[in-house]
Amino acid sequence: MHTAAGVEACLPIRSDMDLVWVRQHVRQAAALLGFGLVEQTKLITAASELARNTLVHGGGGQMEATRVSSGGAQGLRLSFSDEGPGIADLDLALSDGYTSGGGLGMGLSGARRLVHEFDIDSTPGAGTTVRVTCWVAQPPRPREEA
Amino acid sequence: MPEHEADGQLATPTHEVRDFLHRRREQIAQRWADEPLFRTVFTVSRDEAVEAGKAVVDALAQVADSDRVEDPDAAGFSGVREQLARMGAARSRAGLSNTQVSSELAALRPPVENMLAADLEQAPPEHLRACSTTLTVLMGTLRLVAMQTALSEWQALSDRQRMQLLEVATPVIRLWDGIVAVPLIGTLDSARSQVVMETLLNAVVDQHARFAILDITGVPTVDSLVAQHLMKTVAAARLMGAECIVSGIRPAIAQTMVHLGLDLDVLTRASLSDALGYALHQLGADIVNPGAGQR
Repeated sequence: MHTAAGVEACLPIRSDMDLVWVRQHVRQAAALLGFGLVEQTKLITAASELARNTLVHGGGGQMEATRVSSGGAQGLRLSFSDEGPGIADLDLALSDGYTSGGGLGMGLSGARRLVHEFDIDSTPGAGTTVRVTCWVAQPPRPREEA
Repeated sequence: MPEHEADGQLATPTHEVRDFLHRRREQIAQRWADEPLFRTVFTVSRDEAVEAGKAVVDALAQVADSDRVEDPDAAGFSGVREQLARMGAARSRAGLSNTQVSSELAALRPPVENMLAADLEQAPPEHLRACSTTLTVLMGTLRLVAMQTALSEWQALSDRQRMQLLEVATPVIRLWDGIVAVPLIGTLDSARSQVVMETLLNAVVDQHARFAILDITGVPTVDSLVAQHLMKTVAAARLMGAECIVSGIRPAIAQTMVHLGLDLDVLTRASLSDALGYALHQLGADIVNPGAGQR
């Protein structure tokens, strides 16, 4: 398997300027993996929301970008981690319109709708890690019929 | 070796290096004047390059004398800091990357080391080795000082550019009587959106604008914070009696905003010309195609 240069990376999230870097890196990595324009924009927007959460609520942290493949499908996994106060009530934090920081309250819940896979892990007092994955074209496993 | 034994005691490596630098000042400077770092920066005459080289040798000797070869903050360097910054800046203006400038600095070391080795040919090998190591450390510290000065120059430059960007990128354009437009370009971080809001609201007052068009064709990402800034700007303009139209939402961004759950509670048009057409119509000034009337 060949590896795409410039996809794997670990970027610090410490300031507003770092958010610009995060977006640009995700844009380049997604373009490199062959994401369409709409999927690229969705992933960049999700990354922007999550990176800002890491900065504003988590007090700074980092983003790791990894290339993933499953069943012939290529994808990009982004992991945002911080060592901030954590989230006490995940269900509440993931509901539309709930905000603790004066924003619109759409960031976390909206980001979940923008990606194929969304996984959040938070320990109050120890920090938060959000992992999102986007697949080129379709997710590899068919989704369960609702 | 005999003359060293006659001295009874060998000088310490740092003092040996200091004496060597004093002794060979002229030759080192002459040799450095041929290196790209000096040759391409001091172009008036070769003497100028040699003088600059001598200043650096003197600084190195002074640092060696103070026994602080590992300390980039040593007093000896302060005299050449400005010159090193000028050299680094000139090289990066010539299109060299930091790495290339750094390796040009590294290229200053080998000729000096060869001279030291030739001078201490008669000395015991371990003494030569110690002196050589000291010289290497000293030259490494010089490189560090030069890169530090260059980096702080770049930092200052990037700060200045950031400030310029903040001012430049938010022009308010008067499209027609009572219609102003702001073409937004780039990242709408908090500082930028604050500037946008202020300039727009001032323009609304100054130009008696009834319509304000915010064109976001040049905004690469619209996330919830950008949307929030847009809505605040729109609400503020509305309070001042101007109706806002957001134009230039690209298809990919529109889809993303829907998924994100953002509902811009504001009048939108696909393009700037549509927005202008709408505003003109509202003002009672429709655009008619003169050709269409004749047929």
